[in-house]
Amino acid sequence: MDAIVVEDLRKRYKTVQALDGVSFAVREGEVFGLLGPNGAGKSTAVRVLTTLTQADSGTASVAGRDVVREPNRVRRAIGYVAQDSGVDWEATGRENLLLQGRIHGMGGAPLRKRVDELLELVGLADSADRIARGYSGGMKRRLDVAIGLVHKPRVLFLDEPTTGLDPEARTAMWVEVERLARQENLTILLTTHYLEEADRLAERVAILSKGHIVVEGRPEELKAGLEGELVTVELQETDGRVEEAAEIVRAAIGAREVHIEERFVRVRVPNGAQAIPVILSSLDERGHSVASVTTSRPSLDDVYLHYTGRDFAREDEEGKG
Amino acid sequence: MQTVRQTGWMVVRQARNLMREPIWIAMMIIQPMLWLVLYGQLFSKVTPLRAGAGSYVEFLTPGVVCMNAFFGGTWAGMAMITDLDRHVVDRFLAAPASRLAIVLSQVVRAGITGILQAIVLLLVGLALGVRVHGGFAGWLVVLAASFLLAMVFAGFSNGIALLLRREASMIATANFVGLPLMFLSSILVTTALMPGWIKAIARFNPVNWGVHAARNAVVAGGAWGESGMYLAFLLAATAATSLFATWCFRAYQRSI
Repeated sequence: MDAIVVEDLRKRYKTVQALDGVSFAVREGEVFGLLGPNGAGKSTAVRVLTTLTQADSGTASVAGRDVVREPNRVRRAIGYVAQDSGVDWEATGRENLLLQGRIHGMGGAPLRKRVDELLELVGLADSADRIARGYSGGMKRRLDVAIGLVHKPRVLFLDEPTTGLDPEARTAMWVEVERLARQENLTILLTTHYLEEADRLAERVAILSKGHIVVEGRPEELKAGLEGELVTVELQETDGRVEEAAEIVRAAIGAREVHIEERFVRVRVPNGAQAIPVILSSLDERGHSVASVTTSRPSLDDVYLHYTGRDFAREDEEGKG
Repeated sequence: MQTVRQTGWMVVRQARNLMREPIWIAMMIIQPMLWLVLYGQLFSKVTPLRAGAGSYVEFLTPGVVCMNAFFGGTWAGMAMITDLDRHVVDRFLAAPASRLAIVLSQVVRAGITGILQAIVLLLVGLALGVRVHGGFAGWLVVLAASFLLAMVFAGFSNGIALLLRREASMIATANFVGLPLMFLSSILVTTALMPGWIKAIARFNPVNWGVHAARNAVVAGGAWGESGMYLAFLLAATAATSLFATWCFRAYQRSI
């Protein structure tokens, strides 16, 4: 059975079409990554699935319950770790957890036991009775995860779980998510704008761009789908001759398409070692000087570039505005 | 039932968090005392102000209790804004938390603060020679007026907080509402001395309902029927502003 089923969700905020016909399904027990640059619509999708907001059209169900018709049933079945920490700063870690448990109708000894268990699980046992204001960013984030788990949810939403964390805390969070993923029957929907993170954690990913899903599949499959290597040529010139150079590159190796980004020309080739000399000599013949050439094995960046024709990092930066 | 339980736990949370703010506690106790002493001294020689009360402080004490309660209420929305900013509200909303409980807990917490401050003020009043002529029942009426008045304005304040969601806007609104309502009531001056138009407006001012109920209990030590009526008005107003806040909650949810 599918833990999450999303069909043709659309939502518009004043001037932005945040979701423009999003459909996907997440199987029970799997870690599913919703990957996309800032502003792609990931958080909006999660807010619809966690009943915080309603879509303009389309349907969504979580743990077999429709998010609009039975929101309270959905809320009981899910844990939600929002992009922005929901920790009550003036309460201790333990108090945060106890209150969340009580909102879920838990109480007494079973709740206290569950809270101890979770504090241990996320490594906050020693800081449990300190006021959360004094926690580090990583500790607050781990407390958020524990808060999301207090009632033993069937589906856990992790919205950008490592944004704002330092590299060390990020790695710790990854280990944490990997451990959670091994738990039976816990389905995890993870959103991220870190390609690396989706690659490492998610069994399947859907790549979201400008409100719709451009491609979906296992990270390995997506990468394997892009055969060969990516060659990036950095040109010296900054004037209008970049397009001419791109055309030369395309013709030289008979590629179907090339991507241009400022002074960079990117092309996918079956074999980099053979292609590079051809590319360089063709460019040289026509008087284009090259600053650098690099090749790389396909990454999810390349998958993104391939399916959207746009550079992930650049779009991510633009989406922040 | 679920709503009542959740409201209870959320009140506990807020009260506990406030108890961790020593400055807040100090201000909560000292400020009302300051009002009482300052105003009490300032107007003590102006005999006509106090109507039939034995002293101006006696006339003033129930007024300052009410002033303090409704001022506290108008600021109650600040806690909601903090919770919105820290995403605590969203966290509750994605869990099966009752919307009403989220609003009511803020309102009830303001009411409880109102009661505690009223007790402090009455004790200070006693030290300054005030007599509560209504005895034990009089005390209860004063505490009830303070409780309800704080809640009326806390409901309103929380609604505004959910609509504006900005601290600066919230402060401006609280100031805009607070002082005029104080001067449109008989907190400082007996009704008989008010200009006609103020008297007319004051009749519909919830602050004034509280002042009448509390002053009957302290100064007159009677007129229980009238006091009861005013307390009932305040109860109705609490329900109205709490509903307003819950309605604002829906507006907030539609906007996210």
